[in-house]
Amino acid sequence: MLSKSKIFLRGTSDVLPHMLSVIPFGIITGAIGVEFGFDPLLVYATSLIIFGGASQIIFMQLLSGGASSLVAITSVGVINSRHLLYGAVLSEYLEKLSFFKKLFISYFIVDQGFAESNKYLKKNNSQTNLHYHVLGGGITLWLFWQISTLSGIILGSFIPEELGLKFAIPLTFLAIIVNDLRKLDHVFVMLISGFASLILFDAPFKSYIILSPIVALTAAFMMLRFKR
Amino acid sequence: MTWLSILLSGIVTYFSRMAMIALIDRDMLGSKVKEALNYVPAAVFPAIIFPGVFFNDFGSIVEFTDPKIYGAIIALLVGFYSRNVIATIVSGLLSYWFIIFFLLK
Repeated sequence: MLSKSKIFLRGTSDVLPHMLSVIPFGIITGAIGVEFGFDPLLVYATSLIIFGGASQIIFMQLLSGGASSLVAITSVGVINSRHLLYGAVLSEYLEKLSFFKKLFISYFIVDQGFAESNKYLKKNNSQTNLHYHVLGGGITLWLFWQISTLSGIILGSFIPEELGLKFAIPLTFLAIIVNDLRKLDHVFVMLISGFASLILFDAPFKSYIILSPIVALTAAFMMLRFKR
Repeated sequence: MTWLSILLSGIVTYFSRMAMIALIDRDMLGSKVKEALNYVPAAVFPAIIFPGVFFNDFGSIVEFTDPKIYGAIIALLVGFYSRNVIATIVSGLLSYWFIIFFLLK
């Protein structure tokens, strides 16, 4: 039987390799927020309150581009709806926790932490106190995210505009999905979303950011039907 | 106004994390919905990538000679073969900078 602190530290060490991408992503998020002209305090608040890199960037990009708050908030919801899936998978291992522990641990559920904890929990499902792995990974990722976005906010004020740092946004998102390019069904959904966004770009309130995923997910749904 | 938007976005995000763990029985998500949720990244992120590459700051479509297109193609290739997040971003930015600062000067 492993001790709680051992499981926690295992969670920490399992997510450490991800810092290679988390740290630059955090720096870009902070720097871009400043470049969009937001108050540094506001940029940092997104890291603390929203705590989800992709959605933070989109949120700031949309608001600075004149989108309505409703569109910005809805986009954050659409982008982050994937957490529902993570929660559904992890809940099997977190069932016995008290309600308040569940509420606390939920704040720390992010992509990389979910991926590592899911692997670990599946392998060690006879152990007790497995939620310490989720906490160890989640809190480590949280800490590095806070520090790297703060560094980005500080660095951002020194980065000249000629560099066109905004181009880092599509590149960052490309890096997130680049592994899925090996799956044809995912590529199909990506192309539909991409072309839909070009066609719908002039839709009012920047709603292309919500409409395109809806079009693409509808296509994915139809594809799943067709497969059977 | 922006503060309120951040707060509401935070609530929406936290709800997405907490709902299945603390509130809802996980079997309530049907298998079809779970399968579809798998496609959320593929459905969401290209809607950010395509306009970021193919539109300029003024919202009109760029010409096919635009440096962003070539930066994106290089990043795509590097990412596909290296499977490395940093290599993808850095190769795209460097090739973009190389084009705008050296080739177009």
